[in-house]
Amino acid sequence: MTFTQLAFYFFATVLIFAAAMVVSIRNPVKAALFLVLAFFSAACVWITLEAEFLAIVLVLVYVGAVMVLFLFVVMMLDINLARMREGFGEYLPIGGLIAVLMVLEIAIVLTSGGFGEEQFPRPEGHPAGFSDTKELGRLIYTAYVYPFELAAVILLVAIVAAIALTLRKRPDTKYLDPARQVTVKKADRLRVVKMPAEKRADRTTEGEA
Amino acid sequence: MEWLTEVWFSTPQWFQVTAYSLIKIVAIMLPLILAVAYYTFAERKIIGYMQIRIGPNRVGPRGWLQPIADVVKLMFKEALIPAKANRFLFLLAPVLTLTPALAAWAVIPFSDHLVLADIDASLLYVLALTSMGVYGVIIAGWASNSKYAFLGAMRSAAQIVAYEIAMGFALVGVLMAAGSLNFGDIINGQQGGIHQWYVWPLFPLFLVYFISGVAETNRAPFDVAEGESEIVAGFHVEYSGMNFAVFFLAEYANMILISTLTAVMFLGGWHPVFEFAPFTWIPPLAWLLGKIVFVAFFFLWFRATFPRYRYDQIMRLGWKVFIPVTLVWIAVIGICTFHTPIGHWFH
Repeated sequence: MTFTQLAFYFFATVLIFAAAMVVSIRNPVKAALFLVLAFFSAACVWITLEAEFLAIVLVLVYVGAVMVLFLFVVMMLDINLARMREGFGEYLPIGGLIAVLMVLEIAIVLTSGGFGEEQFPRPEGHPAGFSDTKELGRLIYTAYVYPFELAAVILLVAIVAAIALTLRKRPDTKYLDPARQVTVKKADRLRVVKMPAEKRADRTTEGEA
Repeated sequence: MEWLTEVWFSTPQWFQVTAYSLIKIVAIMLPLILAVAYYTFAERKIIGYMQIRIGPNRVGPRGWLQPIADVVKLMFKEALIPAKANRFLFLLAPVLTLTPALAAWAVIPFSDHLVLADIDASLLYVLALTSMGVYGVIIAGWASNSKYAFLGAMRSAAQIVAYEIAMGFALVGVLMAAGSLNFGDIINGQQGGIHQWYVWPLFPLFLVYFISGVAETNRAPFDVAEGESEIVAGFHVEYSGMNFAVFFLAEYANMILISTLTAVMFLGGWHPVFEFAPFTWIPPLAWLLGKIVFVAFFFLWFRATFPRYRYDQIMRLGWKVFIPVTLVWIAVIGICTFHTPIGHWFH
């Protein structure tokens, strides 16, 4: 067994273990952390495929950004395990049926012969100077430029929609415009009042007595 | 000596590669950890002088053994685990903070040939690893089962996600200027003296990158994740002894990493300031280290100078100022390169 094979089996085992834990563990924060582990192991498997760019981007986007926000939300949830278990028996038949159907569908697709080893040529290793980042960039901006730009526009629409959904004017907020805050001068806020010193009558009489 | 070389060449190939890599890793890690120790000392001394104090001067000559004494003290302190904490995650969090901070050093080139892993997408690799450091903070905050720690974790998560986007966009500018994701190529694109450095054509990106770097490492004036005066120490309030020290080790290793990346991507890396006689006598490694120290000094200077930002202002700066600035400048670079005669300024 070569080192690459050893690495592949190690990361694949970790990936399957982590993915199984995501769905079976009770605590949602731990489930989210196992999902992080699953993403990371998947990235490692991709590296053994010589797809460094995709692997690093998977870590950067999913581990570094998406899962952080996901954890952020999950950590704030107040989860009552007893209440979650309540409807278990009620939903079991429907859930079981869907699960069996999905396993059947996957089995049909996988045994149809479309994914057999003979369908795909054996991937060849690349020479030392090969840059898959450059190759990917070339493909994205030439052969797949329209799908790529469509995906970008769809994402932009999603961003605008998400902001529009959560944007609300709050009249009660005490927001101050920082540009106005930093340009404020002493004269705008401070009024110096000059008063002549007064002699207190009672104090002077006490002193004399 | 003869038999030693013979034994070495009789070992299998994989052993030679592993041993050689391990030696290289130790050669990077040991100086780095020493640098972290003396960076804390430099911080206390420099901030001391800035505030007209003397700083630590009791342990060893002029206080030079102070960091060693600190390490020994932290090692012998009891590592407490709160009763209601999640034990496994509580202990895992410091490790998760330190690992990315150290692993990112694998792709940093120290001179033309001195690099542990000369990978093609080294810039992306560093970006991906530094983005994982936030997990240590979040897990520490959650596993401690303490409200102050949790508040610190929440603040840190939002802040790091916000500034990482600005940081990534700033690096897109560097990538456009250099035409490569490899640090060696980026540095060699800046050869030929100070006027060739990317800091000039990419000046807005340089500012955004460095300030985002300060925010990413949770340093003053963006240290709301710790916020001693509001949430007592934020995410690491429940940690003690060596666990606590590991968080500090990671923070300072990250600061040195950001300084190094700034030197590599904007200040010409190992290239001298001027490409003629007295400057070229200084070895490349010394130039790089000098630039790292120069940038690292700013972290300490900031801490001594600026009061802590208010949290909503941090968010505003990240989302509403830095991200638009970087986007505009990326467009400027692209348009100038392809549609104006001044395109070579950006390369």
